[in-house]
Amino acid sequence: MTWFSLLVLIPLAAVVLTASTNGWDGFWTTVSSSQTASALRLTVLEAIGVTVLNVVMGTALAWVLVRDRFWGKRVLDVVIDVPFALPTIVAGLVLLSLYGDQSPLGIDVANTRIAVFLALAFVTLPFVVRTVQPVLESLERDVEEAAASLGASRATTFRRIILPSLAPAITAGAALSFARAISEYGSLVLLSGNLPNRTEVASVRVLSYIENGNEAAAASVAAILLVVALLVIVLLDLIQRRVARRGE
Amino acid sequence: MSINVSGVTKKFGDFVALDDVSVDLPTGQLTALLGPSGGGKSTLLRIIAGLESADSGTVTIEGNEATHLPPQKRNVGFVFQHYAAFKHMSVAKNVAFGLEIRKRPKDETARRVHELLELVHLSQFAHRLPAQLSGGQRQRMALARALAVEPTVLLLDEPFGALDAKVRKELREWLRRLHDEVAVTTVFVTHDQEEALEVADEIVVINDGRIEQVGTPDQLYDEPANDFVMSFLGPVTRLGGSLVRPHDIDVSTTEEPGAVRGTVQRMLRVGFEVRLTVALEPDHAGAAASLSAPTERETVEVTVTRATQRHLHLEEGQQVWVAHTEGARAVPERAVLPTPLASGA
Repeated sequence: MTWFSLLVLIPLAAVVLTASTNGWDGFWTTVSSSQTASALRLTVLEAIGVTVLNVVMGTALAWVLVRDRFWGKRVLDVVIDVPFALPTIVAGLVLLSLYGDQSPLGIDVANTRIAVFLALAFVTLPFVVRTVQPVLESLERDVEEAAASLGASRATTFRRIILPSLAPAITAGAALSFARAISEYGSLVLLSGNLPNRTEVASVRVLSYIENGNEAAAASVAAILLVVALLVIVLLDLIQRRVARRGE
Repeated sequence: MSINVSGVTKKFGDFVALDDVSVDLPTGQLTALLGPSGGGKSTLLRIIAGLESADSGTVTIEGNEATHLPPQKRNVGFVFQHYAAFKHMSVAKNVAFGLEIRKRPKDETARRVHELLELVHLSQFAHRLPAQLSGGQRQRMALARALAVEPTVLLLDEPFGALDAKVRKELREWLRRLHDEVAVTTVFVTHDQEEALEVADEIVVINDGRIEQVGTPDQLYDEPANDFVMSFLGPVTRLGGSLVRPHDIDVSTTEEPGAVRGTVQRMLRVGFEVRLTVALEPDHAGAAASLSAPTERETVEVTVTRATQRHLHLEEGQQVWVAHTEGARAVPERAVLPTPLASGA
């Protein structure tokens, strides 16, 4: 508990405390200023979008990795972790050279909101895959065979037997992926251009507040992110409980 | 005939699991597929259930051609060795699953689930999760789940294989009684000859992807078609060039006509029975006379009761005469002899 306090609780409390130094009015003025508000909105919406994408694609990828046999499967299994292992600024550089204005693929998304989404999707890809994969591996095949012999189609078996078993893992992966997405900085800072009111995300906003010596404002934005993260984790937990009960 | 399997062959890569197998399994009976691990019996059961497809051959269930039907359409109940419980559902929901898939009315489903849980003595556990049940209870739940959809045939793949010896014994007696009550055509796979002999109406002995013999437990035990069936159904030993059960050998301490002289080499008491290893005299055993060292002499395993052992004062090193018990079944040995299995293996 002491360890947990030192590591998590005290810093979190400090953030909230710093945010309150300017009083409620100061806090409100900061977060409702159009630039900050739009940065927050962009960050949260993009993070939600990326998380939804990861839930679907991550589960599908994990499924393919566990159930299908194909050439290069082992390589793919290793490569999935690369976005996670890469220093984020390097990831940003790679994305910029591929999808920037000198794109060899002819795709130029630099300085757009798509760039933010792309960068987030890139760095959060492994989370759902890596949480779902081991659970899927440990699922017993005879459970699915039992469902089949009782008359359940493949789709019904997936919906009522497999999905409820995967729900906790998918939720955990989604939470990790969302948390990473709202706090991401390095990978998108190059490609997105950080245009105020357009492609500037909350973490960039926090940094520029700090650079301007306005720590209270920076902490205010951080506190909002904190609340959002908390809400999403609770929400995901509720969804997971619902899905787990779907099988009944 | 309820289930008709005709000319079924199944290969996994180079391994031949089933080699042109044909068998008829009668309606309303409890049939055991008995054989050693890897002999193909589970594969045959899975082919009947549609969980595995045969490379060639046909399967008909109650006169319906089923060879290419998916498992969903075969109306078979299947019980797995490791229960295959739906872990996130309560016991009642597990049993109701097949009925809900078939979109039966809610009250009918509830009534049927209640009946089945009564039948398998799990009524008081209806709202528990499978993880809160013991192995035996989980398997009973799996059985109720399979019976819920009123299958034409009930298939059980080593149903008691994962349970400990005592529960296994209880459950197989219970399965027999249940079958007498429900009377659905039932096929179960086992490698335990005692289980098959005790429970089944009919036994199909499968080895190396082939059927060795089909018959009632008594037929198989009394008239084994070959030395494999004989040695698989119980312990065997060799005496006078034929295979015989160790308890079908008479031991005496005085010379008898036709008996073979030997020495008690080893004696092991297991509960009420005493197992003797008797080294036969070379000239009597018909073996090469040069094998005169005691350890290299031909031996025969004999099982006597504890009472006999005491009555005859049998000890290690003692000279005895052994002979076939009159009326006992002996099978001439084949050139290649399978390793005799110990009793209860």
